[in-house]
Amino acid sequence: MFKNIPISALIGLFFTGLYFFIAIFAPWIAPYGMAEAVGDVWEPSSAKHWLGTDSIGRDLLSRMIYGGRTTIFIATAATILSFTLGSCLGLLAAVMGGWVDQAISRFVDLIMSIPTLIFALVVLSVMPVTIPVLILVMGLLDSTRVYRLSRAVAVDINVMDYVEAATLRGEGRGWIIFREILPNALSPLVAEMGLRFIFAVLFVSTLSFLGLGVQPPGADWGGIVKENKDGIVYGIPAALVPAFAIATLAISVNLVADWILNRTTSLKGGRG
Amino acid sequence: MHPILKLVSQRLALGLLLLLAASALIFVGTQILPGDVAASILGQSATPEALANLRAELGLNEPALSRYFSWLGSAVTGDLGTALTNGQDIATSMGKRLGNTLFLAFWAAVVSVPLAIFLGLLAVRYKDRWPDKLISAVTLTSISIPEFLIGYVLMYFIGVKLGWAPSVAMINDSMSLGEKLAAIALPVTVLTLVVLAHMMRMTRAAILNVMQSAYIETAELKGLSSFQVISRHAFPNAIAPIVNVVMLNLAYLVVGVVVVEVVFVYPGMGQYLVDHVAKRDVPVVQACGLVFAAVYILLNMVADIVSILANPRLRHPK
Repeated sequence: MFKNIPISALIGLFFTGLYFFIAIFAPWIAPYGMAEAVGDVWEPSSAKHWLGTDSIGRDLLSRMIYGGRTTIFIATAATILSFTLGSCLGLLAAVMGGWVDQAISRFVDLIMSIPTLIFALVVLSVMPVTIPVLILVMGLLDSTRVYRLSRAVAVDINVMDYVEAATLRGEGRGWIIFREILPNALSPLVAEMGLRFIFAVLFVSTLSFLGLGVQPPGADWGGIVKENKDGIVYGIPAALVPAFAIATLAISVNLVADWILNRTTSLKGGRG
Repeated sequence: MHPILKLVSQRLALGLLLLLAASALIFVGTQILPGDVAASILGQSATPEALANLRAELGLNEPALSRYFSWLGSAVTGDLGTALTNGQDIATSMGKRLGNTLFLAFWAAVVSVPLAIFLGLLAVRYKDRWPDKLISAVTLTSISIPEFLIGYVLMYFIGVKLGWAPSVAMINDSMSLGEKLAAIALPVTVLTLVVLAHMMRMTRAAILNVMQSAYIETAELKGLSSFQVISRHAFPNAIAPIVNVVMLNLAYLVVGVVVVEVVFVYPGMGQYLVDHVAKRDVPVVQACGLVFAAVYILLNMVADIVSILANPRLRHPK
């Protein structure tokens, strides 16, 4: 089965898998503890500390590994939440039509009229900043975009002959959503899922960088930048390490998502 | 009434309605707590007296609906209230910062818009050859890195290692325009990189869409050179989508500014907002949220109106 996968998608799959593997098995892989001070402040990289140490002498590689765990966990949870909510509402709106569709769609328009980051900041100004709250806020805000896509895809599918056949056969609404529309809408949704995941990674990193995401001593990639940013002016590149991690993760997921999307469009080719 | 005038006034009314609804949403967003705002501002260890004082100061004893309308009423007349943390008038402290933010966003737009359109055209001209592939590889990378990290990467290499530009962007009134521009060189570069990627991708897609039409094929068959085809036939039809793209990205720019300002310690709206979110200063956060939402909605509305004006087909909706 690996014969038909293009090389770029294989690279993407490999690195995405690697990051998830490291995230899951972080405590066994990291050479030192997450919050353990093991050396001097901002040591350069050495055989003992591969990436050097951070602003208070913690091993940067270990921080990065644990940080990746937090970042990937939050992003995954937020993506799952936004997908479940967004696609359920989107499919429901497409099938029901009428005032249900209008009510949900106009509400989503309203939420999208405020920039996501600004809205998240407004809500977080009164919420306690904990990981469940972060996941909830990110997931709910992002579900608006999933809703738009899934509704658009489902509206197209809803007028297909086989859906009409199912309706005439007397199938219920649940059957039509889950057995007729969902399987046919799955590929674009899965590709979109990759993009939403990247967006969640960037978003949680941004919030943590602003000091409104994961709170210390917990580590995440945005927080690592925040902790080490003062070193930049002295020419210490510790704060740039997460840039590399975030960029490679995002690009690999992008490559996989592109491949999934291309595969679907070529499957459809010729048959509309 | 003239049909265009009618459509445009409809859009304006819609924009106002949206802004009203957005203000309600921002207000509700700060009220959906378990418990109340006063408790979350003061934290767990607050005495009951302090809580009662703060509730009275914030007017929390009144019903939410009347608080919303009095807040909205004074916001419309330009009174945004006073900050909880230092008791200063929000409108005056925000005024200068808003000017700074718009200054930064304006220069970023001046650099990025022509560049994005030119590179987008280039990508279409050399579609599927190396310039196109190089451009899309670079845009993919810059989309995959958050703004603040691009900021630090540039600050490290250009600001600190090479010393070509100052690594923090402090500006004040006594500086001349040239000094100010030198100070904001790095933040403008970051913002340009961030928007450029989106804008170029969307410009490329918009022009490619036009290039697949039948009249383009005719132009090619009658022997025009490819640049003539693009400039004479494709570009006029692609103006509306491109203007749309530019406006959407300007709206994005106003938001991207928030993070970039924090990176470069630039005294603008974004930094003001982030500082006061951390201090849980709700009136300031609400005021900033309202201003950002207003700018965002305004730019989106302009995009709508311009595309109606530029495309006669949109003037006669089915």
